Amino acid sequence: MAATDTVTAAPRVEASASAWRRLLADPLGAFGLALVVLIVASAIFADWLAQYPPTQLDIRNKFSEPTLIHWLGTDHLGRDTFSRVVYGGRIALWVSLVAVSISLVLGLVLGMLAGYGPRWLDSFLMLVFDAVRSFPTIMFALAVVIMLGPSLETVIFIVVVTSIPVYGRIVRTLTLSMRVNEFILAERSLGAGPVRVLFHHVLPNVIGPVLILASMEIPVVITIEAGLSFLGVGVRPPTPSWGSILNDGYAFIRDTPWLVLAGGMPVIVTTLGFTFLGESLRDIFDPRLRRD
Amino acid sequence: MADAALLVAEGIRVRFRTVGFVRALIQGIRDPFIDAVLDVSFALGPGETFGLVGESGSGKTTLVRSIVGLVDLAAGVVRFDGATIVDRSDSGLRTIRRNVSMMFQDPVASLSPRKTVRALVTEPFHIHDMTDRDLDVEARQLMGMVGLPVQLLANYPHQLSGGQARRVGVARALALRPKLIIADEPTAGLDVSVQGEVLNLMNELQTDLGLSYIIVTHNLPMIRHVSDRLAIMYLGRFVEEGPTAAIFAAPRHPYTLALLGAVPQPDPDKRREEIGLIGEVPSLRNRPSGCEFHTRCLFAQERCRVEGPVLREIEPGRRVSCHFPRM
Repeated sequence: MAATDTVTAAPRVEASASAWRRLLADPLGAFGLALVVLIVASAIFADWLAQYPPTQLDIRNKFSEPTLIHWLGTDHLGRDTFSRVVYGGRIALWVSLVAVSISLVLGLVLGMLAGYGPRWLDSFLMLVFDAVRSFPTIMFALAVVIMLGPSLETVIFIVVVTSIPVYGRIVRTLTLSMRVNEFILAERSLGAGPVRVLFHHVLPNVIGPVLILASMEIPVVITIEAGLSFLGVGVRPPTPSWGSILNDGYAFIRDTPWLVLAGGMPVIVTTLGFTFLGESLRDIFDPRLRRD
Repeated sequence: MADAALLVAEGIRVRFRTVGFVRALIQGIRDPFIDAVLDVSFALGPGETFGLVGESGSGKTTLVRSIVGLVDLAAGVVRFDGATIVDRSDSGLRTIRRNVSMMFQDPVASLSPRKTVRALVTEPFHIHDMTDRDLDVEARQLMGMVGLPVQLLANYPHQLSGGQARRVGVARALALRPKLIIADEPTAGLDVSVQGEVLNLMNELQTDLGLSYIIVTHNLPMIRHVSDRLAIMYLGRFVEEGPTAAIFAAPRHPYTLALLGAVPQPDPDKRREEIGLIGEVPSLRNRPSGCEFHTRCLFAQERCRVEGPVLREIEPGRRVSCHFPRM
């Protein structure tokens, strides 16, 4: 028993250290991590990377081919595409980070309420979740845009509403399976109320899988943002977004294919990066969440 | 004993819904409930140890959970220390939860896995808004009381052995200095030597703090050793209740006789005549007519099939629910 004080808290540090090793040992995980680091770094250091302001017009130089001056050429208004792509990444990551965080928190709270609260509340929340999920996302998005008008906030709102059920459902299931555990009964028998039980004892046990899920939701949100901007109902021009770069280049795809590639590649790279990373993290931390 | 009783339970009944409301309506099920505990009454004095035994599914655990309000009562009253706990809402239960602690079967699984031992043993103070005291001192004192080194305060439940986790459970139960501790299978899943340590610890605490215990168990040799009084449950009812020594010396109910006969006896000279049981435990959905034990009783007679016996006092302090108690 004297030896026990030396192992105190050691297993946790070891666990995270081995998680790193396992992540780097998994080729897809390491590749995903590299892509994610690349994209995040380029968004953070956009001010240094971009040689031109992303909205600076230069009509005389429109449709420039990729050159040493304009690495990815210019669009129909002479704007530097590389600068726009880098700043577009900032928008994409910002939207996904904010939207995922908000829906994560709301999904957690609602999911725990559904799983721990009375039967009728569970039935009601599940009905709402199912109703939201049964809407095609794009139709829902278009309806909301028509009501609220296109803006960054609208995009975030749409993502939050459509992805709360994703978190809510899994949190509910985890909470339901946990509420009959002896340690929850033990807390209740001591007199702990629902708030203490949920936030002190259920939350620490459901947060892990939900964070992994969130890392896999980021690419989904990025695609939604790019998709809405491509349709012209996302962020408002001239703010650069990968979707609007795609849209600007789309009309001239025969003459200047690099514009479409410049808008499309980052979406693909980011989506793949986050997906590989998320799947690898999920396999390391919680193999139960595998969907296949 | 009646006026000095610490805990009195009268006519306790616990029902569980087995079929949903809508399905019961559609399928025409008139009674979608089962009675897990039926018409149980008992009283417990200060410093007394009360044992509850019976097969799996006999309602022992449900009965003790209903006392601390983890499951709702369908009928009956619980009185604690003279005060009736009428209000079963959370605020009304606070009194009983401050004075009655519960220990659960699985020593490790009953500790919240992401909390340190320090957080676990001091949590009762947070729950009952008693954070004005020095929780560091309290934590160290509790560890001392259950014989654990204070270094373990920084550990997580999965880093503890079964015996250590059980002691942490005892420390948590003791935190608010309760008058009664309800222990559900306190020795389950522990090595025999550790079982002995835990029981000795519980015994010392009882002497030092004047605790009462309700101990739920399958372990008949253990309960014989530690309890003052004993109740045997069958299908959610008490079939026999009385002083432990008297019951072990001369069981009156045929079911008690069979249970005690099923305990392995190491000394061949002391082996008692084995009284078997016929068949399986009947379903709670389909309680037998008359005496509910008649389907398995070796001594059942015509009267047992039609008329249910009542739990009656046959000797002072000794109650049996049988038309033909063994004498």
